[in-house]
Amino acid sequence: MTTLPAHSGFPWVMVIGLLPLLGVAGILLLPKAREAEARMIALGASVVTFAASIGMAIDYKVSGKPFQFTQDYTWIKAFGAHYALGVDGIALALILMTTALTPICVLASWHDAERLSPDDEASSGRGPRLFFSLLLATETLVIGVFGSLDVFFFYVLFEAMLIPMYFLIGSFGGPRRSYAAVKFLLYSLVGGLLMLVAVIGLYVTSAHQLGHGTFDYRVLINQVHISHHEQIALFLGFFIAFAIKAPLWPFHTWLPDAASEAPTGTAVMLVGVLDKVGTFGFLRFCIPLFPYASKLFAPYILGLCVTGILYGALVAIGQKDLKRLVAYSSVSHFGFIALGVFAFTTQGGSGATLYMVNHGFSTGALFLVVGFLASRRGSRMVDDFGGVAKVAPWLGAMVLIAGLSALSLPGLSTFVSEFLVLVGTFTVHRWFAVVGIAGIVLAAVYVLWMVQRTIHGPVTRAVEGFRDLSLREAWVIGPVMLAIVFLGVNPKPLLDRINPSIQRVNVDVRHGDPLPGAAIHCVRLPTRSSAAYSSSLTLSLAAARCPTGYVEFTSHVTLTSISTGSTVK
Amino acid sequence: MYSALHAVTYAKSTGVFDLTFLLVLFPAASAAVLLLGGRRTDRWGHLLGCAAPLASFVIGVIEFFALISRDGGQSRQLDQHLWTWVPVAGFHANVNVLLDPLSITFVLLITGVGSLIHIYSVGYMEHDPDRRRFFGELNLFVAAMLLLVLADNYLLLYVGWEGVGLASYLLIGFWSHKPSAAVAAKKAFLVNRVGDVGLSIAIMLMFATFGTFSFSGVFTAVHGPGVRSGTMLAIGLMLLLGACGKSAQAPLQSWLLDAMEGPTPVSALIHAATMVTAGVYLVARSGAIYDVSPHARLAVEIVGAVTLTMGAIIGCAHDDIKKVLAASTMSQIGYMMLAVGLGPGVYAIGIMHLLTHGFFKANMFLGAGSVMHGNNDEVNMRRYGGLRKLMPVTFVTFGFGYLAIIGIIPFSGFFSKDKIIESALDKGGATGDLFGAVAIAGAGLTAFYMTRLMIMTFFGVKRWPRDVHPHESPKIMLIPMAILAAGSLLAGYLLVLGGSLQHFLTPSVGSSIEQGAHTISPWVLSVITLAVVLGGVAAAWWLVGRKPVPAEPPTHVTLATKAARRSLLGDDINESIFMHPGAYLTRALVFFDNRGVDGMVNGLAALVGGSSARLRRTQTGFVRSYALSMLAGALAIAVSLLLVRVG
Repeated sequence: MTTLPAHSGFPWVMVIGLLPLLGVAGILLLPKAREAEARMIALGASVVTFAASIGMAIDYKVSGKPFQFTQDYTWIKAFGAHYALGVDGIALALILMTTALTPICVLASWHDAERLSPDDEASSGRGPRLFFSLLLATETLVIGVFGSLDVFFFYVLFEAMLIPMYFLIGSFGGPRRSYAAVKFLLYSLVGGLLMLVAVIGLYVTSAHQLGHGTFDYRVLINQVHISHHEQIALFLGFFIAFAIKAPLWPFHTWLPDAASEAPTGTAVMLVGVLDKVGTFGFLRFCIPLFPYASKLFAPYILGLCVTGILYGALVAIGQKDLKRLVAYSSVSHFGFIALGVFAFTTQGGSGATLYMVNHGFSTGALFLVVGFLASRRGSRMVDDFGGVAKVAPWLGAMVLIAGLSALSLPGLSTFVSEFLVLVGTFTVHRWFAVVGIAGIVLAAVYVLWMVQRTIHGPVTRAVEGFRDLSLREAWVIGPVMLAIVFLGVNPKPLLDRINPSIQRVNVDVRHGDPLPGAAIHCVRLPTRSSAAYSSSLTLSLAAARCPTGYVEFTSHVTLTSISTGSTVK
Repeated sequence: MYSALHAVTYAKSTGVFDLTFLLVLFPAASAAVLLLGGRRTDRWGHLLGCAAPLASFVIGVIEFFALISRDGGQSRQLDQHLWTWVPVAGFHANVNVLLDPLSITFVLLITGVGSLIHIYSVGYMEHDPDRRRFFGELNLFVAAMLLLVLADNYLLLYVGWEGVGLASYLLIGFWSHKPSAAVAAKKAFLVNRVGDVGLSIAIMLMFATFGTFSFSGVFTAVHGPGVRSGTMLAIGLMLLLGACGKSAQAPLQSWLLDAMEGPTPVSALIHAATMVTAGVYLVARSGAIYDVSPHARLAVEIVGAVTLTMGAIIGCAHDDIKKVLAASTMSQIGYMMLAVGLGPGVYAIGIMHLLTHGFFKANMFLGAGSVMHGNNDEVNMRRYGGLRKLMPVTFVTFGFGYLAIIGIIPFSGFFSKDKIIESALDKGGATGDLFGAVAIAGAGLTAFYMTRLMIMTFFGVKRWPRDVHPHESPKIMLIPMAILAAGSLLAGYLLVLGGSLQHFLTPSVGSSIEQGAHTISPWVLSVITLAVVLGGVAAAWWLVGRKPVPAEPPTHVTLATKAARRSLLGDDINESIFMHPGAYLTRALVFFDNRGVDGMVNGLAALVGGSSARLRRTQTGFVRSYALSMLAGALAIAVSLLLVRVG
């Protein structure tokens, strides 16, 4: 059986995953008369969950084991399914983002659920208790998905995640909510079925090789050798499921409907958090399990990505509905994320992971400000606004900053991740990156045109009475803005944790990042022989590339260190 | 062969040079207080807004003297490490600020001229209810501009680069309730984004080629043997694309004239003295890259020569005083571009013209602001006339700027512009002669449109409407104008005599001390240039000054004039090539996305589960069947897994 340690450290993942469920229990115990208190419980539970995930981040050892805080219990012995949890740097970052955004979603939904409940026949079963229970349940399931180390366990959570989200959209959304919810479900179901087939296939393969089938992720990547043919088939099953979830072009059409019909908090949860499961799945399963197939399909996938980047941005430019505009901008952004993932470089992968986190905050901010605007005007149409900045300057400023973060303004968090993705792609697939860069111009078009038509221009009559941000709204958007600025200035703590995990993911598909094109310099050695230098500087001598008496060094080694003869790592 | 002589290293900052970060911090902190503080800071906001750049200026002066008290060369380049920004494997970006002769020169320009314009704005914006926000955004600009010139690597430079772009966007759109201002702001940002693509690709090329994008790393590595000239050309051209966007050079020039929608102090500081010259800074800073790529240099020269001519022609045709000055800025930056494109030895001369231009153009913009202030914000020069008697101080200070820009000895523009013409001719060959001739012709055009502006504004008979009562501006505006006027006169001596600026800048941009023979003796050349300039002045008087200025622009004019009035069709070209086809593409894709992709999927769903309408109606039933399918799925898994186990 497995030689990997079953348990290590404090079971943070389980604790963090269960805390929202405690909230659900509390909410369900509430009598109907006090159902409005559900949101207080939800807020409390989600804040405590976030605090716990901070604790996990502090406890996480940057140079520790690949997976930390692991737990492993046999779940269904008959076919080797385990309840196995643990996080690496990628999962850590995404769980942090999830737990940080959930309280925001709760606070943003403060009045969304109550509006439908009083004496409303059609919404008899709805109301805050159901809404906030579903929201917290979603959080638990997402945390489980990110923290799962068993493929079967992952699959079950991945599918189960659909149920609360289906009801959140279908029961609490806008006028076309039923259509949107069904569409969301249909798409996800198709993906889920394909993944189910692949999961079974994976089990069969492991059974053939090990004599007993396993779903243990760490066993699968370390001990099971999957043939090329099998890799192709299984890869496609996982890939399409994740591509629909992400969503990647051309699997995206469910997103604009679902996101625009969902209430604000739900939209943030859906696009900001839930969809990251797709791009996370690429990193966690597609690449490490099927490196051959990943390499084989990468050029086509990169093609889909850049198409999605441009397509999403162009369609966003043409949207008249603010929420659909934000949704299409996300299609463009998911193209960037997947581009970084399938570039197989450290910059691309780390950039993509950071992008997932930053996109959660950035798109979250956009959905929130659109929600603020729509709640005042009773419409989401771009043309129904104008001059908001004059009437409500703080609201206007928030719309602008959210927009600037969507167009990746340097200094804000999204710039760091987008640039990393592009530079990581550029070093290996120059032209894909160059086409992707055109996306930054289109992003500026859809953002600034939207800004011009909503917050700038003459104050329209409907906008005249707009009040500025309320205290609750300030508490909703303030922390998101803070995160956007902070991660733009100081992404190092997150990157330090993400980098090693990304390098482990990429090690199977590419051995290290490409060396700079002009990395080889030949330096004349003034006095001592080159051999003496090469030993004291641990620099490799390449006689073929450099003439005798010269030593080769890479450009981040400075000349001072050579002339002084100090040791360079 | 490679030698250690080419190594670029910066000393670690110590002592007073550890204060460099404060240069950026003061205006940044002030901007944060003013923008986040809201109405509470209204009463004293403008005072804090002025104090911040002044404080930076004081530190700049202290550091300047500390710098020149050190030995020349490498010891005058001091790098301060603040924090590690983005570390991902080989990709390593620091937040470091570099104080060297080039950056301190810009620091003094930005904070010096910037402080004067802040003080002027206290008076200019006195009646604006949002004056505090104005100062906050102006401070934000100063902070970003300082970051741009102090960054020690290209990625951090990019942050400052976009920061000034953001500040420019906010300030052009300061009166955003005016649709024209909102559109102009957006346009400026978008055109600059196109330039940003160039800068981004340049940085990526640097990283892909050298594994670094820090100044010291790249400038050292360009001399390595593994470097291909095609790569260097590509980097040079991409940097140039970025520079064209920020500095409003052809073909990305069209945003600058619209940017005049912003308040006039903004035009003076951002769209004349500092931000628009960032492209020139970028090329001069990247001198080591252009030094090894003659083709890239040629591209810079062509852009400079074309824009200096375009700007001058456009300047001749507009009636809006700010637009004439803006066109003039384009043209003058064209001169600077031409200079820095001439490469080794001439970078410092481009910077010199940048500095003298910073003085005289800021001076004239503030003068134009003063004229507008006294004329109910009228910008049409056909509604001015004879203002010299009513606004004598403005007239005199503006006159200093005028004499400086057309290059009358002994005003500052004479020294710097002459040197550029001289350097172009010294380049030799067909291109050298051509660029020299263009530069001389440009000087004649400059004299023409500036004289036209002077005549229409300050001379002739009054043409303003009855309800306008032109009056001189308050002292708080006049004093900064007077100081800048003095600079317009004196800057030439301070910078040029004894080649002091060239010597000072040598560690940053390489030696620029004249060597070898001139094609034409500098004295002869000065006389020729002066003659052309006087010709331009005379032509303006002949065409504009002899007879009364008509209230409306004449309609029976040549096609060339019509084109010049439309800013040489810059907008028409953009619209027909990019905007209209782009709008069609967008509409087509939206249609396709709704009908095509979605229609296909809906059709498929209908095929599988009956009509899609039924799907929608039987929503609850569908959930039940979903639960059922989950159950069936789980069963299927269990069965198949058991089978596998058995098998």
